[in-house]
Amino acid sequence: MADQIASPIISFRAVTKKFGGTTVLANLDLDVVQNENLTLIGPSGSGKSTILRILMTLENVQAGGVTVDGEALWVDQGPDKLSQQAAAAQTRAIRRKVGMVFQSFNLFPHMSALRNIAEAPIRVLRLSKDEAYDRAIELLKLVGLADKQNNFPIQLSGGQQQRVAIARALAMRPKILLFDEVTSALDPETVGEVLSVIRQLAKKHQFTTLMVTHHMGLAREISDRVCFLEGGRIIEQGSPVQIFESPANNRTKAFLRAILEA
Amino acid sequence: MTILGIDILADWFRLSVVTVVLPKLIAAASVTIYVALLAFVGALVIAIPLLWAQRSHLPLIARPAVFLSDFIRSTPLLLQVYFYFFVLPQIGVMLPAIATGVLALSIHYGCYVSEAYRAGLEALPVGQRDAVIALGFSRFDAYRYIIVPQLIPFLIPALGNLLVSIFKETPLLASIAVTDIMFVAMQHGADHFQYIEPITLCGLIFLALSLATSFVIRVLENAASQTWLGRRNIRG
Repeated sequence: MADQIASPIISFRAVTKKFGGTTVLANLDLDVVQNENLTLIGPSGSGKSTILRILMTLENVQAGGVTVDGEALWVDQGPDKLSQQAAAAQTRAIRRKVGMVFQSFNLFPHMSALRNIAEAPIRVLRLSKDEAYDRAIELLKLVGLADKQNNFPIQLSGGQQQRVAIARALAMRPKILLFDEVTSALDPETVGEVLSVIRQLAKKHQFTTLMVTHHMGLAREISDRVCFLEGGRIIEQGSPVQIFESPANNRTKAFLRAILEA
Repeated sequence: MTILGIDILADWFRLSVVTVVLPKLIAAASVTIYVALLAFVGALVIAIPLLWAQRSHLPLIARPAVFLSDFIRSTPLLLQVYFYFFVLPQIGVMLPAIATGVLALSIHYGCYVSEAYRAGLEALPVGQRDAVIALGFSRFDAYRYIIVPQLIPFLIPALGNLLVSIFKETPLLASIAVTDIMFVAMQHGADHFQYIEPITLCGLIFLALSLATSFVIRVLENAASQTWLGRRNIRG
């Protein structure tokens, strides 16, 4: 355990992120070790999705440093100075290690399920078409959609689209997978099929996962650690048992009570 | 011939004139089609750097581009045609009238096409940008394989309307002696003092061109919107 702590795969150091006048992340420190399943919970606006979006380079940061797999993504320039993003080549290299699944799926509407999965491996990883399509078919089997390979996103249910989106992220063979409220836009009856895919992935433990969810059952089941955020700060963190059964902080208690009663 | 007491083929619309004028106009229609298509392609191309400049984060690039586009769209095309025709030779650029005309139309309509491109880009869901970055596409590949293919069905109707407009504006080039159908019609009129037949036939030819263009656009629109936009062929 000690050597894992010495070399986290993701580390945020004193990261501050503002949107206009609103502080979304306030001096945040966060370490994630290899193959850890970390879940971020908290009220909306607490900055949990922003943490994922910074890792995926969809957002910048104002201050502090972010390191992914030993490489700097954002470099702290000291007090009163804006942090500096890594050079383009290094940013690209880091992006390849990180995959992301979105709340709204964001599949490419003009491509079949199969091409949605194979396109980035072909264009970005420069795999041959045969190899990319073979891999895409394997991934569709993994998410239980082998029979839907020729369907366009519009011909798939929300749950099916999200499973294709998970397969698309996996096709890039990331070390780190980010799940951003992946069940929030789904009809209740299709949530289960997506959850079972995520469970299956988490059990294999070959990825580091960061998940933002309002699905406390899933958080409890697959997380190694749960962080409760509010106002851009980690208020409390611990094992799922600790957080869900005996939270120490009053705000954590209030949040959990509200969400579990809903 | 008399219908409802009106002599519709009176001596002001003579078949003998039609048989002389129509072949000349049809020959000239090739110039109209050539100019319009060339100007359309020119506009599609010019709009790309124009839009890029307009969307630039550098005010030094964006401001002049936005001003230029506003200026061109709010001044008459005829004025612009004369401007290029008389000003370009002054700065040593000698172009045939037809090239000057194509240039004027291309730049004028390029400003409208760039607005169409912009509307298309803005209609694209923001999540597509996130997905493209998350999967690591280069900017060029993202446009080529993800963004532009999604824009095409959106753009076809807008660009089709602009093509029809370009066709209808080509007679302006008669003013700088481009020998399009309008020029030929007016020349025939001046030579023989027979205006009604050539001008009427001109109108019919433009109508035919517009209808043909609209038909092609509709076919393309249908082809492009199959399957993935969900208008047809939904297997569920």
